[in-house]
Amino acid sequence: MPFAQSAGKRPPITWACDQILCNRDQYRPPSGRRAPPSLPATGPYLLRMAREPVLSFTDRGIYCAAGDFHIDPWRPVDRAIVTHAHSDHARSGMRRYLATPRTIAAMRHRLGPIAAEPLPHGEARRIGGATVSLHPAGHVPGSAQVRVEVGGEVWVVSGDYKTVPDGLSEPFEPVPCHAFISECTFGLPVFRWAPEAEIRADLNRWWAECAASGRTALVGAYSLGKAQRILAALDPSVGPILTHGAVEAMTEVLRGEGLALPATEHLVPGMTAKTHPGAILVAPPSALGSPWARRFGPVSDAFASGWMRLRGIRRRRAVDRGFVMSDHADWEGLTTAIRATGAERVFVTHGYTAPFRRWLEDQGYDAGIVTTDWQGDEAEETEVTE
Amino acid sequence: MERFAQLFSALDATTRTGEKTAALAAYFREAPEPDRLWTVALLSGRRPKRAVTATRLAEWAADRAGLPGWLFDESYAVTGDLAETIALILPPAGAPQARSLSDWIGLILTLSAQAEPERRAAVLAAWDALDGTERFLFNKLITGGFRMGVARGLMVRALAQATGIEEPDLAHRLMGDWTPERTTWAGLILTNDPGADLTRPYPFCLAHPLEAEPATLGDPSDWAADWKWDGIRGQAVLRGGRFSLWSRGEDLVTDRFPELAELADRLPQGTVVDGEILAFRDGRPLPFAALQTRIGRKTVTKKQLAEAPVVLMAYDLLEAEGRDLRGEPFDTRRAGLEALAAAMPGGTPFRLSPLIPFADWPALAAARAGAAGEAAEGVMVKRRGSPYHTGRKRGDWWKWKLDPMSFDAVMVYAQAGHGRRANLYTDFTFALWDGDVLVPVTKAYSGLTDAEFNEITAWVRRHTLERFGPVRRVAPDLVFEIAFEGIQESSRHKSGIALRFPRMARWRRDKPAAEADTIDTARDLLRARGP
Ligand SMILES: [Zn+2]
Ligand SMILES: [Zn+2]
Repeated sequence: MPFAQSAGKRPPITWACDQILCNRDQYRPPSGRRAPPSLPATGPYLLRMAREPVLSFTDRGIYCAAGDFHIDPWRPVDRAIVTHAHSDHARSGMRRYLATPRTIAAMRHRLGPIAAEPLPHGEARRIGGATVSLHPAGHVPGSAQVRVEVGGEVWVVSGDYKTVPDGLSEPFEPVPCHAFISECTFGLPVFRWAPEAEIRADLNRWWAECAASGRTALVGAYSLGKAQRILAALDPSVGPILTHGAVEAMTEVLRGEGLALPATEHLVPGMTAKTHPGAILVAPPSALGSPWARRFGPVSDAFASGWMRLRGIRRRRAVDRGFVMSDHADWEGLTTAIRATGAERVFVTHGYTAPFRRWLEDQGYDAGIVTTDWQGDEAEETEVTE
Repeated sequence: MERFAQLFSALDATTRTGEKTAALAAYFREAPEPDRLWTVALLSGRRPKRAVTATRLAEWAADRAGLPGWLFDESYAVTGDLAETIALILPPAGAPQARSLSDWIGLILTLSAQAEPERRAAVLAAWDALDGTERFLFNKLITGGFRMGVARGLMVRALAQATGIEEPDLAHRLMGDWTPERTTWAGLILTNDPGADLTRPYPFCLAHPLEAEPATLGDPSDWAADWKWDGIRGQAVLRGGRFSLWSRGEDLVTDRFPELAELADRLPQGTVVDGEILAFRDGRPLPFAALQTRIGRKTVTKKQLAEAPVVLMAYDLLEAEGRDLRGEPFDTRRAGLEALAAAMPGGTPFRLSPLIPFADWPALAAARAGAAGEAAEGVMVKRRGSPYHTGRKRGDWWKWKLDPMSFDAVMVYAQAGHGRRANLYTDFTFALWDGDVLVPVTKAYSGLTDAEFNEITAWVRRHTLERFGPVRRVAPDLVFEIAFEGIQESSRHKSGIALRFPRMARWRRDKPAAEADTIDTARDLLRARGP
């Protein structure tokens, strides 16, 4: 099965030139929708076009031949660089891992003891013939884009990302590059997110309404990232904040990594709406509608995901409230982020790849689709499984 | 519109009938009267006519959002809803306005008389004045395709709660030919005298499906049975020289079936008959497909009249000599209907739906097994002593349909769903073996649980052999039991057969693809149960 599909009928980009002189002063992020992307530079240097691509797409994951490592591989490899600790990106069975300290902490919590080397955001590390650095992706705390430079040519793997600050994750930083491998979970213009402040206000208003009407608020959120984002959004003056075990454990891990989060109480048997009136429960999506939730008393349930933007999916989830809150970039976020890299070559994966690739091509990019085994945590989030 | 959007969201967010009713009743108490009236109209299918074509709306919206047409179409394919796509891709409202539902509808009603540039300007201004759900609802109203997913009975119950008027009385008041433009809340709901309207039909009595053994109904002599016809439920009303024919969707369909106008001369004045509009030729009902050629056409051609002439297959008498008979027992109404039919000259497009004699339940079961031979879907079982109820009341009218047919077929293509299932593969094509070749026979997209759709979606991603746009050809490995209500020959399908209401009854994880059924299974069913 082919894992990398080339960019359709367009002839492949010419990599024939031997040397191109790049100069940082000449680099300006292109503005305007139709502006052709310009070549980025990270300093005045001689850029030697590699005969082999910096990264290639294999049936184990994205591979860097110069450094002999994989990025977010889905089958066991020797050395894995991991963008973030969501289960579709961070898998067990690699001989050694390289990731940000927060991602390693979350991975150890999920995968047990692993051999992992921390690489903080922004620090460069030489691996074989490649220089690797991790840059904030704004997806979840600790998440990173992976920048790989070989012989002056720069490729960036976005991992999952969002461009708007959520008040918790290290904010997304555009990284200039020649080739950008971008997720596009929400790569259609119907997806547009409201500002974080608005979402927070909605969430707290709903909680207050629930409390006033004698119902416990129950919000379903993926235990790494979304759950802490919700905790950070809650106004503790409304009532007590209770957590499901899976959320509590991951939150503890992240507190240990220096995240400031409001006080929570782990929900244990015996706690009910009577002992904790006006409470909000934060739980993995699988807990919605479960006996676990019913035990507590009458609840009003809510679900937070980018998919809640679509009425059909809101109705399928059949929760009382759907909050449009995503840890992935919306349409505007994706297009802005890609423009800001200045890359002329873009590979898309994870989501509405076909229309998004076509749109990029219309904008003058050399765009291709990469098939990966990353399932998309948002996709899982709409379902009952975690 | 904000209050209406709030109602809509509340109805949309719950599947609990009690909550829906409470939300509606509150609305009927609180909203301004013109808005209440329009809401009743919308919920009973009285929608403003489409004011702008879908194509224009899509163009204007894509243009406003600065997107190419194909990208609009891709988005539409995911939401599955034009109104929603437009609402979502447009930039946030620049000049929000708070206007009432009836105010916006008033604006929509003026649109069709305007020239296109003015119409476009008005629509763009509205888009810039509305956000979120309100913009979505405006689009729904303008495209003429508004549905709120509230059953009629539920609306009537909410109205009853809000006004204190009895449900059957309210249901009757809401029947017939009215529009919010020609009446008021008080005129329609509060002071309405249903008897004053010559064309007004009665609310239809609806049956529940019989899931249990018929023996649970008790003594068979308390029950009457007739065929369950596969046509359009209709009511013929003749009062004061005016003949009107109503379909169950509460559409006045008098003009669509001109051959039934003859009944105006044949029925006595003050008569209302309940029955089935059926395509009928050479002494036998034609398949539903024949009637389908007549639905949705305002004018009927000579050819259609010759190929698919209709009759009224009568099964109940609701009014005789101007008297409402609905409170009388079924047997009494039936006697009246039989007398009426006996007096009818031959050749009149009026037939008496015959009662099926049965001494015991096994005898009725045997008759039901032969329903296909009568071009019927099964049998109706009605309590002899029962009145003609308003709406769907459990206990007196039962429909006992034939068991669906089924075969085991192999999944060969998959396509992502839209709307509720935008991120899942849910639309599949299934094939049967013809020798060692798989011949696609049907599509199906319902019948599985969400968990199963999730599992299949993950499987499809890993077992795609080829892509054609949104369609993926998948490895022919998965077998499903496909259930369907009808089967007939079709020259439009490569397999030569077409199914009615196909759905996935079961995922046959136990069956390898090689053991799926062959096309001969389908042909045998066609012979046994086809029209
Ligand atoms: Zn992720
Ligand atoms: Zn992911």
